[in-house]
Amino acid sequence: MEVLFRNVRELVERATKENKLISEIMIEQEIMITDRSREEIMTQMDRNLTVMEEAVEKGLQGVKSTSGLTGGDAVLLQNYLKKGNTLTGELMLDAVSKAVATNEVNAAMGTICATPTAGSAGVVPGTLFAVKNKLNPTREQMIRYLFTSGAFGFVVANNASISGAAGGCQAEVGSAAGMAAAAIVEMAGGSPAQCAEAFAITLKNMLGLVCDPVAGLVEVPCVKRNAMGASNSLVAADMALAGVTSRIPCDEVIDAMYKIGQTMPSSLRETGQGGLAATPTGKWLESKIFGGAVVGSGN
Amino acid sequence: MKFKSVFDIIGPVMIGPSSSHTAGAARIGRVARDLFGKQPTWAKIHLYGSFAETYKGHGTDVAIIGGLLDYDTFDERIKTAFEDAKQAGLTYEFIPETAHTEHPNTARIVIGDENSEMSMVGISIGGGKTEITELNGFPLRLSGDLAAILVVHEDRSGCIANVSNCLAKYDINIGHMEVSRKEKGNMALMVIEIDQNVNAQILKEIGDLPNITQVTRIAD
Repeated sequence: MEVLFRNVRELVERATKENKLISEIMIEQEIMITDRSREEIMTQMDRNLTVMEEAVEKGLQGVKSTSGLTGGDAVLLQNYLKKGNTLTGELMLDAVSKAVATNEVNAAMGTICATPTAGSAGVVPGTLFAVKNKLNPTREQMIRYLFTSGAFGFVVANNASISGAAGGCQAEVGSAAGMAAAAIVEMAGGSPAQCAEAFAITLKNMLGLVCDPVAGLVEVPCVKRNAMGASNSLVAADMALAGVTSRIPCDEVIDAMYKIGQTMPSSLRETGQGGLAATPTGKWLESKIFGGAVVGSGN
Repeated sequence: MKFKSVFDIIGPVMIGPSSSHTAGAARIGRVARDLFGKQPTWAKIHLYGSFAETYKGHGTDVAIIGGLLDYDTFDERIKTAFEDAKQAGLTYEFIPETAHTEHPNTARIVIGDENSEMSMVGISIGGGKTEITELNGFPLRLSGDLAAILVVHEDRSGCIANVSNCLAKYDINIGHMEVSRKEKGNMALMVIEIDQNVNAQILKEIGDLPNITQVTRIAD
């Protein structure tokens, strides 16, 4: 298959050489691969953006999952924000609350847009709708934010993994946070190379993160990991914009993430067997939720 | 490259909570229904690996049933798929398996009605993306780089020529093709990877050819 980039190095080189945004290279590749018009592709992404907006709004009004494990934290954060006395700053906590909002909606079986997965769906929109208030982007720039995220996610998905069952949480929230960091940099006016640095710095700090959901539900610790993914991406974006670079090139970080995932025991890859899921409280919650072993059949 | 479109990464729009265990599961169910060509009346669903361990929490079970009822990943009705199945006359059973499979998110779906039966193995590889790895006992080896069509047919002379002629008529180039059968003269399967996309009209034309049982396009 003919593609415009197979790794981050090729992506950055092409964007730099042609003096284009990363998002533009992603759009051009999508046109080339799917044979669809630019307009059609932009419209589809616009629709995904709308789904993300609606999910954040819904989450900020307060939702509750069926298990009762998650829901309502986005509201707590927004109320705390309104008091105007936060330690980390308004933008940071706004991003965190919106990431949490999205994942609380996801846990409550609401409608979300997977970015790159459902369990990690909060990071990209959470940061976007917070950064939006600072950078005042146009609707097109907001759509481009998703294409920039998508370009990096495309490389990770094809060269490593975006599946928690295959590579742990580092492959999900780790990838999502890196994608968001790169997109923030582009929206803030950073160069394609700085986008890659932001991705690398973020993912380096998510390496080794295991997937250990309590009771196998995408709730604990997934919702809060989206909060930390969002904050991680904002810090890394600022670092890259300041001119900080990663000593390990982006593609090598992605490769390291892949290899770490392959050596992770299956108990820490979305089986609900190890890590937090295996703690006394994790086990107790599981038995409380599923009680007398629900029989998986019916008619 | 398994992930081809940016919408494999930013998407799908879906009902939570898991892209691999809910959206991917719905897609596997829907492909099974598609391949069966009609609404099945019964289903036996074997779950392996992470699917077997966590299916209840992820709604993997309702999602697969939703898929068998032809619901898309974003269809709100996934949540009520069990009740909807009852209405639609579909009985089902979930069987968590302990056997080790190559991919941690694997489902074997056996479906049927009073006339026929079909089995399919699907895997959910992340972000809602799925692959079909086996159909009626035939292992499928799709490169994932090209669009593909699956043709279930009777093992008779001329079948393969008819199908490839039909594709040629529409200027569709075959990139890779595999034909397998269980026994001489019995059911056989063509897996055809193609360079261009085929539309519903072409699929129908292939389906109307003699000795063809079922034709399905595997999206992406």
